[in-house]
Amino acid sequence: MLELKAVRAGYGTFQALFDVSLEVHRGEAVGVIGPNGAGKTTLMRVVSGLIRPTDGTLVMEGVDLAATPAHRIVELGVAHVPESRRLFPRMTVEDNLRMGGFVPAARPKFRRQLEVVYELFPRMRERRHQLAGSMSGGEQQMCAIGRALMSEPKLLLLDEPSAGLAPVLVEQVFELVNRIRASGLTVLIVEQNVQQVLRVVDRAYLLKTGRIHTAGRAAELLASDSIREAYLGV
Amino acid sequence: MGIFDIFLLEAVINGLLLGGVLALLSLGLNLVFGVIDVVWICYAELIMLGMYGMYFLYTVYHAPIVVAGAVCIVCVGILGLALHALVIAPLLGAAPINQLLATGGVLFFLQSAATVLFGIEFKNLGLRLPVLKVAGMFVSYSRLLAFGAALIAMVLVYLLLTRTYTGAAIRAIAQDRQIMPLMGVDTRRIYLITSGLGGALAGLAACLLVLQYDVHPFVGLTFGPITFLICVLGSLGNFGGGFVAAFVFAEIISVGGLYLDLEWGYVFAFAFFIVMMFVRPEGLMARRS
Repeated sequence: MLELKAVRAGYGTFQALFDVSLEVHRGEAVGVIGPNGAGKTTLMRVVSGLIRPTDGTLVMEGVDLAATPAHRIVELGVAHVPESRRLFPRMTVEDNLRMGGFVPAARPKFRRQLEVVYELFPRMRERRHQLAGSMSGGEQQMCAIGRALMSEPKLLLLDEPSAGLAPVLVEQVFELVNRIRASGLTVLIVEQNVQQVLRVVDRAYLLKTGRIHTAGRAAELLASDSIREAYLGV
Repeated sequence: MGIFDIFLLEAVINGLLLGGVLALLSLGLNLVFGVIDVVWICYAELIMLGMYGMYFLYTVYHAPIVVAGAVCIVCVGILGLALHALVIAPLLGAAPINQLLATGGVLFFLQSAATVLFGIEFKNLGLRLPVLKVAGMFVSYSRLLAFGAALIAMVLVYLLLTRTYTGAAIRAIAQDRQIMPLMGVDTRRIYLITSGLGGALAGLAACLLVLQYDVHPFVGLTFGPITFLICVLGSLGNFGGGFVAAFVFAEIISVGGLYLDLEWGYVFAFAFFIVMMFVRPEGLMARRS
């Protein structure tokens, strides 16, 4: 579904990604793990078009993402839940969700899709007239994921969904990833919370200083000594 | 009711009417600032051009006043688009001071061009609208008309902002411009729509102001500074804040002018602004962030 080949990208003269190659197949959940500053967020931004690659190829279902204007990438079925959620704080929950369904194809389905999101997050229905910025971190994360689902994406990009949440909410977020997967969505998830993310994804890539260091099935990575030592502290 | 109370009430009513027009003036500037993060220093000069447009269409070419008004709104809207496309868009990545200087340059360019093209004589529509006498008070019809039209325009803008996808995008972009592509929003398109809307609001303001004031190349200096102060007092980019600040300013001008002189009303208003900058530098309606 999504294929990156030898992608390079960065900010100005700073290069953050070096020849990153990665594949996500339909129906899969794929994780990208790695330390702070490894380039995980940059990788997500390259896929959703917020940063353009300087080299390499980026293809989503046969369409060259590098040649697609950033605001058209959503229409190809890619929805990105950005790092630290980035809701519109002074807009209501429902207006935030409306923005998630901004693309022309999503507008006629707004009511239906809104129901889907409210079914998934009953809390959002209760808070629909509340300003997004006034909600708790966990609720904001639900709203951010809901906003991404409004465009009825095929591929959901989750950037650090558990960051800044209390442990009990972190559990909920990962449980949610499972439910989203069950609905047939393909998920690419970036996380620092290595142990937990490896329990919900099928495969994972380990990113280190902008390069893919290791790749493999989640179970294998969980068992591998180098990952255990470096990230799990056991 | 004593004679003085009637004067006070009349001043309060006139302040209210003035407030509506000032609120309309600040709305256009606030929209552009809130969405594009650029201050149109030359905003009042767009109004000046609109007033000249009205003068020529109505007085020289004898177009019906409503037609002249509609043409004026559309043309100043297009001027707003052109200002964005030609001056602002190429400078979007530049330092804010450069953008400020560029629109400042446009201000002097438009003033000078108007002086060359139209001369420095004061011109007016030669239209005398009646003055209403209600319960011993005098309220000019042109002010009532301006107030009503400004209010209707603001309600329309409010509906646009709250009821349409484009309006939601305009509000959203003012809160987080970087992630707009993730929503599928083409920010350049929203910038153009906002600039056109800001221009059209300046055009409407021109139609209303030309009913009460003469037009000359420097007329922008009469409205420009007060429009900026209102926007700053209401917290730049905050539409509701600008609305409230407009009425606060208008009442100070109108009621303050009652006790001494109209000019003193302006002195009070600007003094109030300076004091407020010490007391609440973020503006009246600052958001706690």
